Amino acid sequence: MAAERHTPRKKRSSWLELRGEISPSLYVAAGGSLIGILFLLWWVVTGLGLVSPIFLPSPSAVGQEFVRQVREGILWQDVSASVYRITVGWLISTLFAVPIGILMGNFRFFEGLFEPLIDLVRYMPAVAFVPLTILWAGVGDTQKFIILFIGTFFQEVLMIMDNVKTVPYEMIQVSYTFGLNKWEALRKVVLPAAMPGIWDTFRITLGWAWTYLVVAELVAANVGLGYRIMRAQRFLQTESIILGILVIGALGLLTDYAFKLGYRRMFYWVERK
Amino acid sequence: MALLRAEGVWKVFPARRGEVVVALRDFSLQVAENEFVSIIGPSGCGKSTFLHLVAGLDTSTRGEIWFDGRPIEGPGADRGMVFQSYTLYPWLTVRENVRFALQKSNLARPEQEVLVDEYLSLVGLRDFENAHPYQLSGGMRQRVAIARALVYRPRLLLMDEPFGALDAQTRRLMQELLLNIWETHRTTVLFVTHDVEEALLLSDRIYVMTARPGTIKGEIKVPFERPRHTELETTPDFVELRRQLLEWIRSEVQW
Repeated sequence: MAAERHTPRKKRSSWLELRGEISPSLYVAAGGSLIGILFLLWWVVTGLGLVSPIFLPSPSAVGQEFVRQVREGILWQDVSASVYRITVGWLISTLFAVPIGILMGNFRFFEGLFEPLIDLVRYMPAVAFVPLTILWAGVGDTQKFIILFIGTFFQEVLMIMDNVKTVPYEMIQVSYTFGLNKWEALRKVVLPAAMPGIWDTFRITLGWAWTYLVVAELVAANVGLGYRIMRAQRFLQTESIILGILVIGALGLLTDYAFKLGYRRMFYWVERK
Repeated sequence: MALLRAEGVWKVFPARRGEVVVALRDFSLQVAENEFVSIIGPSGCGKSTFLHLVAGLDTSTRGEIWFDGRPIEGPGADRGMVFQSYTLYPWLTVRENVRFALQKSNLARPEQEVLVDEYLSLVGLRDFENAHPYQLSGGMRQRVAIARALVYRPRLLLMDEPFGALDAQTRRLMQELLLNIWETHRTTVLFVTHDVEEALLLSDRIYVMTARPGTIKGEIKVPFERPRHTELETTPDFVELRRQLLEWIRSEVQW
């Protein structure tokens, strides 16, 4: 018996258990390695000349393009134009989505009033509005704001409605027993309780907004990251296309991280399941 | 005169396809000042519905509920409520949660702080006043909820299965705590539970309910002297009364 107890059990592959925890370092290393391997593949394939540079330029060619665009100030110009558009477009959408979403989440009347319209527009692809918006507003910033609004608002407002609805009704009822009226309950209970969810909605919708912005810029613009990609295609400057895509990816990752950091700072009190 | 009096209360909820659910049928009871009264009944018998009516969070379909000689017309700070689910505000600290309940009182801030101190001590949570709810156990959270419901000194405390979500050991400690608080403060309590022992241990009187439709089958007086302790549950008198009550429930009331 004793001997049996000391027999080491068959070693289990502890990193491959159903829902098993792994060390944070392994977690980070796994993700980093995959990106590293893909980069290495890219480098090898282009270095050996297996693909024409017109289809896939080498990492160093993309690097050189990066240096050139930084030096000539093009990159900064494009990034600031795109960031400006996404910020304003997303803010306009959010400015409407927050109050309307809060009304819809709290009052059945406003849910009934807005939801049919929102559901209808939500299934119209924002991209299909590009030609129409160019007719309406030309190819300037205003047209980008409109596309961003159409692409973002209708999803965002429904998500905010849901964020508000997840606040337990008992939390509101308790505040009534303290003598609060419904407006005080809305301001002092519903809003603070819904804020973490709403913040997460901000983060997610801002990510989507990048897609709509780039689509709008691809079709019609004279500055911006999408415009740069489109122009590069016309002149077969594939390294510029890839650079543009990588820059958009990096900017998206950066904002996502900033929002997550903000969440951890502001909503440390949220219970983790 | 009774502090709370319900006469022939009906509560009907609309259900699917035009049908209705009768949650309460011809429901009547009385609670005297400084009395601890329990309502026991199976899950879904409408006992929580009645508590919500008394709190003014819902209105009855028919019948009258009088509180302090006046019909109930909505929620008010004269009635406090402790829910089964955790209803603390997670963005506030323990202290802020308790003080939240005092915001509509006419007390100045320093007086509020004194009361908050007093009631945090009462539930033994002075040392945790700066903790947030996520840092507390289930029992501690319900202690904060009790402090929060008592701090504005309501005339009637409504408790809706407040210990239902707690494990057996914690529930026992909470019962002991509630006995201590009640025996020193004597706030009138209307307590809802499906736990026969809990009702016998805490109450002066118990109403027994049936489900579908929810109505009162009868009431019993609990004769045990106070102060009581949880050890009471092991005495022969308690065991015998519990046996009789369960027997009666089994024969008269189909749970």
